[in-house]
Amino acid sequence: MDFQGRDIISIKDFSKNEINFILNNAEKMVVYAKGKKYLNNLKGHILSSLFFEPSTRTRLSFESSMNRLGGRVIGFADPTATSQKKGESLADTIRMADSYSDAIVIRHPQEGAARLAAEFAEVPVLNAGDGAGRHPTQCLLDLFTIKSEKKKIEGNNIVLLGDLKYGRTVHSLAYALSLYGVHLTFVSPDSLKMPNEVLNECEELGVQPKYTSNLEKSIKNADVLYVTRIQKERFPDAEEYNQVVGAYKVDKNLLKNARKNLVIMHPLPRITEIDPEIDKTSHALYFKQAFNGVPVRMALLSLVLGGKL
Amino acid sequence: MKELKIPLIKNGTVIDHITSGNAIKVLRILSIPQNLSSTVSVAINVKGHLGNKDIVKVENRELDTSEVDKIALIAPKATINIIRNYEVAEKHRVELPSEIIGIVSCSNPTCVSNYNEPVKSRFKVINKDPPQITCYYCEREPEDISERII
Repeated sequence: MDFQGRDIISIKDFSKNEINFILNNAEKMVVYAKGKKYLNNLKGHILSSLFFEPSTRTRLSFESSMNRLGGRVIGFADPTATSQKKGESLADTIRMADSYSDAIVIRHPQEGAARLAAEFAEVPVLNAGDGAGRHPTQCLLDLFTIKSEKKKIEGNNIVLLGDLKYGRTVHSLAYALSLYGVHLTFVSPDSLKMPNEVLNECEELGVQPKYTSNLEKSIKNADVLYVTRIQKERFPDAEEYNQVVGAYKVDKNLLKNARKNLVIMHPLPRITEIDPEIDKTSHALYFKQAFNGVPVRMALLSLVLGGKL
Repeated sequence: MKELKIPLIKNGTVIDHITSGNAIKVLRILSIPQNLSSTVSVAINVKGHLGNKDIVKVENRELDTSEVDKIALIAPKATINIIRNYEVAEKHRVELPSEIIGIVSCSNPTCVSNYNEPVKSRFKVINKDPPQITCYYCEREPEDISERII
């Protein structure tokens, strides 16, 4: 399977076979991501890391991935220090990064920004999140985490909890999980329900998601509980945010009746939706999930830059 | 055969089989009445073989492709008849292309295509009748296509 030169914009651009291929390559990268062995397959390559929005995990794990592969990183994490401040278009910024590097990673507040970047760049573009839109590398690392923990993705009972309306990760994830034939349950406040277009996509792939606002009941038979933050920055007005913040909290009391092997995932950052007392339990998978961003992104960078795997 | 209540035209375009009630939107697409230089006749809710329909007749004007594409977005069953010297010189159904560029603006205010970038709006047509389109950039569907026609 040839990925060299390919853009990574949306999970929907990839078939199930291609996703499996990426996940298998990510598995091979774990040992290098942990620093136990060294790989130099991207030596001489430069990655532009263009973060127009704040990020901790995505930016650091992309940069760590490139460094672990022997490549180098240029870029910015604060767009106010760039010519965008002077009114430069995104297209022109991309043209510059294109001429200075071999691949571009971009996070941007406008939806579709990565697709636009790919139009203006000759080098591969990797979408690190575009507004409330897509975040394909998060989706891939989520799939990788479920596969690593549960041995397979197919057939798991998976509960998606929280902001299902604005949360970019859950839209891509619901679609991608449906490719694998899982049992999906959506739990959210009424005003933050999964958009119909996402529900339709799941149904077209043969998955009939259940909908409930009763979290306790829904996690009884769950294998995976995927929690998301209610994202203040995506709400059109503060009033709507205030009505739903704190609607759900995952704590020890809630997990009384959960399966022993239930794993809890979260794209992070979390605020109050998961009690820190859960961190020490065997259910907590979110920190390992965050680490998995490195092997998955190492695999993607190697694939699109033609690095030997 | 019942006689239509609007007159024949010598030269111009007859847009027939417009979904009943959509004639006014077709006029808006054709920038009528702003660009009015000749007679325009409109018939709304006319009885036809396949149910009620609207008809628009524009004298001395032959529609171009981008106008036909726009009409297909709101009246997918419409037919375009080009009239020359009272005869139907050309007749074809409107048909949406697989992609429409620069015709509809994205309804998502945070879509990159609505910002100051050197690109035209771009939509993939996912269903022709009824028309359903998704933004190439942000993948959203406009709620009311007719409101977003540029």
